[in-house]
Amino acid sequence: METDINSQDRKDLDKFIKFFALKTVQVIVQARLGEKICTRSSSSPTGSDWFNLAIKDIPEVTHEAKKALAGQLPAIGRSMCVEISLKTSEGDSMELEIWCLEMNEKCDKEIKISYTVYNRLSLLLKSLLAITRVTPAYRLSRKQGHEYVILYRIYFGEVQLNGLGEGFQTVRVGTVGTPMGTITLSCAYRINLAFMSTRQFERTPPIMGIIIDHFVDRPYPSSSPMHPCNYRTTGEDTGVTYPSVEDSQEVCTTSFSTSPPSQCVFTVTKAHFQTPTPVVTDTLRVPMAGLAFSHQLSSSRLSYQPAALGVGSADLAYPVVFAAGLNTTHPHQLMVPGKEGGVPLAPNQPAHGAQADQERLATYTPSDGAHCAATPSSEDTETVSNSSEGRASPHDVLETIFARKVGAFVNKPINQVTLTSLDIPFAMFAPKNLELEDADPMGSLHSDGSSGGSSGNTHDDFVMIDFKPAFSKDDILPMDLGTFYREFQNPPQLSSLSIDIGAQSMAEDLDSLPEKLAVHEKNVREFDAFVETLQ
Amino acid sequence: MNCRSEVLEVSVEGRQVEEAMLAVLHTVLLHRSTGKFHYKKEGTYSIGTVGTQDVDCDFIDFTYVRVSSDELDRALRKDALRNSGGDGLGQMSLEFYQKKKSRWPFSDECIPWEVWTVKVHVVALATEQERQICREKVGEKLCEKVINIVEVMNRHEYLPKMPMQSEVDNVFDTGLRDVQPYLYKISFQITDALGTSVTTTMRRLIKDTLAL
Repeated sequence: METDINSQDRKDLDKFIKFFALKTVQVIVQARLGEKICTRSSSSPTGSDWFNLAIKDIPEVTHEAKKALAGQLPAIGRSMCVEISLKTSEGDSMELEIWCLEMNEKCDKEIKISYTVYNRLSLLLKSLLAITRVTPAYRLSRKQGHEYVILYRIYFGEVQLNGLGEGFQTVRVGTVGTPMGTITLSCAYRINLAFMSTRQFERTPPIMGIIIDHFVDRPYPSSSPMHPCNYRTTGEDTGVTYPSVEDSQEVCTTSFSTSPPSQCVFTVTKAHFQTPTPVVTDTLRVPMAGLAFSHQLSSSRLSYQPAALGVGSADLAYPVVFAAGLNTTHPHQLMVPGKEGGVPLAPNQPAHGAQADQERLATYTPSDGAHCAATPSSEDTETVSNSSEGRASPHDVLETIFARKVGAFVNKPINQVTLTSLDIPFAMFAPKNLELEDADPMGSLHSDGSSGGSSGNTHDDFVMIDFKPAFSKDDILPMDLGTFYREFQNPPQLSSLSIDIGAQSMAEDLDSLPEKLAVHEKNVREFDAFVETLQ
Repeated sequence: MNCRSEVLEVSVEGRQVEEAMLAVLHTVLLHRSTGKFHYKKEGTYSIGTVGTQDVDCDFIDFTYVRVSSDELDRALRKDALRNSGGDGLGQMSLEFYQKKKSRWPFSDECIPWEVWTVKVHVVALATEQERQICREKVGEKLCEKVINIVEVMNRHEYLPKMPMQSEVDNVFDTGLRDVQPYLYKISFQITDALGTSVTTTMRRLIKDTLAL
């Protein structure tokens, strides 16, 4: 595209876009680490803070971003995308967001690169900081830990939104016009978090007692691996070092002029380093025809597994070491394995790396502070089961994910079950009416009882409409845990305590009293002798 | 030049007022603050670095990002506290302005170029369950407000020109040590539950007094 931009401005613009892309990735990934981010303001320019914002550079993230870009820049038809997804302990994953940095054809030829574009990119980064905290994935990422982790993937090329499910929403973070095109930053995020159980059953039928931990095929074969959004500080033994920000080849020192914009002074100095990083380049490589932009084969991971670097399949992801199951005393709480990992790991992971991951993944527990309004709490199960309309809480995610049940009782369709054929203990005492109706999972705990349905059990103080314990629901077969619970809610009364039987025995006793008294009177002497022996 | 005006409305419970106000104020000021200017010779200047930090709300399911400046945070908290508590409708205005020097005896003129008005409707809730639902709903509402604010900010409409060293105090608040927001002021208007505003009541009182 022919523009009036001079070569120096073009160079500056390319540099700005490159570092903007890197900083964008840092902001997004850091916002999904599950921790609060805090950086300090500095009144004096440090020279290494691009766009006058203190955004730390996680070396691995920079490395992945540079690998994905491979020396190219976002341009028309070539977008840089950061995909954020959730992966459960059972190995199921779900895309949550796609952040896109795109360029379109609308040019602003009058704009000044070194001044206006730079400041607007800075403003856009601030907007990104704000927006990354308001999408639904933020709250999910703050609660990641034992049950699920958040992963990220960077790819370059065409935006792939199909993994977000139906009805995904988009939010535009902002735009900055440049002489080469308009930079646009936007986010498409999933709003339907309940799709997973269906997809799971399409691919893997439930198998009792086996935790399936192989990976589900992705709809689009992506060769760039997922990385978890958690970060190990450089103080730990990693075995691999990535270039930190100080090793980057360019340091930004900006000076601005108060004179008219045409006289802006903008200096960029190149720091000299001993070990130049092979992947870092500030020259713009022209893409060759047929080069696939979106494929970056790598198995490098944030977890610093030296043995795994350069080895492994493209879809390698983290070993997840969780147990999924229902603890009936806390129906909304998953069993959490100990740190030793009592659950089988993904088979193709080095054990030491997996152990390290396991230790690091427990960053946030659901019981943490004020952010657990949407997480299970035993005193507010209504809110949990009826999470806000349209907006799925993390609990909804978990509730639908763990639909496959590992249990002790055989699942049978409830309408084919007769009482005698129920192979559960005390089946003969089960209530006759076993209709299932749709209602809240914890409908029995409603203080005002249930409205409508009845379980047919007249001994109930309240009527249970339907009981669907979390994580035991089975789409194909009816739940037996629920049946078990319902049946044992009302055990039969002891016969000796029942009024009828008691009344009967008392009447008999009264009738037989005169005869007994007569017998005792005959044996008075024997009784007296007995009493004397006792004295 | 017309002053740009944006209005945001939120309904919150009493104890959420302060946090909701701060969330909006900080989100706006994040976009309207720069690093400290350091002027050099030949009319050039360099800009300091702005840090950011996440703030979790205690009474709302919400996290916002603010500029890492305790001074700025203290100043805003002092202002936000004035409008908290009680039922009714409150309105806060965050106004960005430029100073225009006037000749003696006239004082400097303050010309607003952007005004953010936040209307806060305070509701009283009776049960804990309602409060829990309110926590989530207000959190969602604030998310929408942040998106609205960001949308306005990225329209790239009028911003004061970067000033010379002698005029920097006419555009920026240079009193803070670590960051430099545009000159701003915050004003409040509190209306009680009856819909009578304090200012109109005072005005009526003064008028009545003068009429005697």
